[in-house]
Amino acid sequence: MADHPHTHDHDHDHDHDHDHDHSHLSEMEVRVRALQSLLEEKGHVDPDAVNELISVYENEVGPKNGAKVVARAWTDPDYAQRLFADATAAIAELGFSGRQGEHMVAVPNTAETHNMVVCTLCSCYPWPVLGAPPVWYKSAPYRAKAVADPAGVLADFGVSLPEGTKIRVWDSTAELRYMVVPLRPAGTEGLTEDQLAALVTRDSMIGTGLALPGDGAAA
Amino acid sequence: MNGPADLGGKHGFGPVVPDAPGEPMFHAPWERTVFGLTLAMGTTGQWTLDHSRFMRETLPHVTYYTAGYYGIWFGALERLVAEIDLDQPPPRLLTVDQVRPVLARGGPVDRPGPAPRFTAGDRVRVKPMNPATHTRAPAYVRGHVGTIEAFRGTHVFPDTNAHGLGENPQPLYTVVFEGAELWGADTTASAVSADLWEPYLEPAGGTA
Repeated sequence: MADHPHTHDHDHDHDHDHDHDHSHLSEMEVRVRALQSLLEEKGHVDPDAVNELISVYENEVGPKNGAKVVARAWTDPDYAQRLFADATAAIAELGFSGRQGEHMVAVPNTAETHNMVVCTLCSCYPWPVLGAPPVWYKSAPYRAKAVADPAGVLADFGVSLPEGTKIRVWDSTAELRYMVVPLRPAGTEGLTEDQLAALVTRDSMIGTGLALPGDGAAA
Repeated sequence: MNGPADLGGKHGFGPVVPDAPGEPMFHAPWERTVFGLTLAMGTTGQWTLDHSRFMRETLPHVTYYTAGYYGIWFGALERLVAEIDLDQPPPRLLTVDQVRPVLARGGPVDRPGPAPRFTAGDRVRVKPMNPATHTRAPAYVRGHVGTIEAFRGTHVFPDTNAHGLGENPQPLYTVVFEGAELWGADTTASAVSADLWEPYLEPAGGTA
């Protein structure tokens, strides 16, 4: 750039901007591919296994798993009791277990207390029931704000709680992984477990949201 | 350590920006690759999860705050790979048929260890401390008094495990703090808990 006199030539400016953006993007792509090739050539990763790992989390594991757990807890008091006594075992009953869910704890929202889960130090998250965490969960604004101003976080999500509701925040600083069991929406007595599961959002199981209202879901 | 990762209570990062409906898991092809490589290499037995966390939180502050989360993962992965001898075969190579069994097994960290000193209801203070090494006692709880809510078993101690000093299992507790104990009047949290190992804690007198 310093070798070239400044010019108002439109094409030149355009090319420069384009090259700049392109090279910036491709720098990470190039670095990552270099490391990938090295690890493959040296026999430290099997490319098929890497693709399989990605596929499992992109296509199979996600918050639908956790929603089934919540819907079961809403409809089966015995299950709810097991879930709050030993969440790891109760969640495994539904077939969900393993990496980043080895030591599960389920916490119930009540009329008095709303729960919110965060990992201020990194991005600890209950993968078997919720999948990989969303960008905001891993980002500085959430990790900084949740433990001091959880009501402000809820406002960022457009959520407000009834006046006087207490907010309890769980910072996942060890290998315990938390999921929130949101309050069951009013007027959902007639819904099936599958219909109830459809009301359970990912954010409601982190505590940055509530379960969806029941109206319309029974249609 | 008091690094860029210890974010609880910090100001100035702006509002939380929720994801759009249907937001993809990855926002560039390289993020997908970094995700897969990080998980695959994590199963080869060449470093612990605690050590990989230390390599992330010791990235330069500017990098940590600007690289994005997969950028942080990649920056740490480069450093972790630089520490091992790539000409030696890994202790375990993750093969495609092992992916599902390995994920299903996970990596439990509960171990036999010393009996817990505290029981639910005990008042404890998080010791004032500022180690430059890895710790999972966030700065915002250090020096503050809370209540043991639950004993969670005896778990691998990250402060030693991250540095090759052994698993050194220690009793782990959920310790709950009143919001005002941590933040004074400047909080909307009624209570905040952290999961803390016994070496972080000292008796504060009495039970709640």
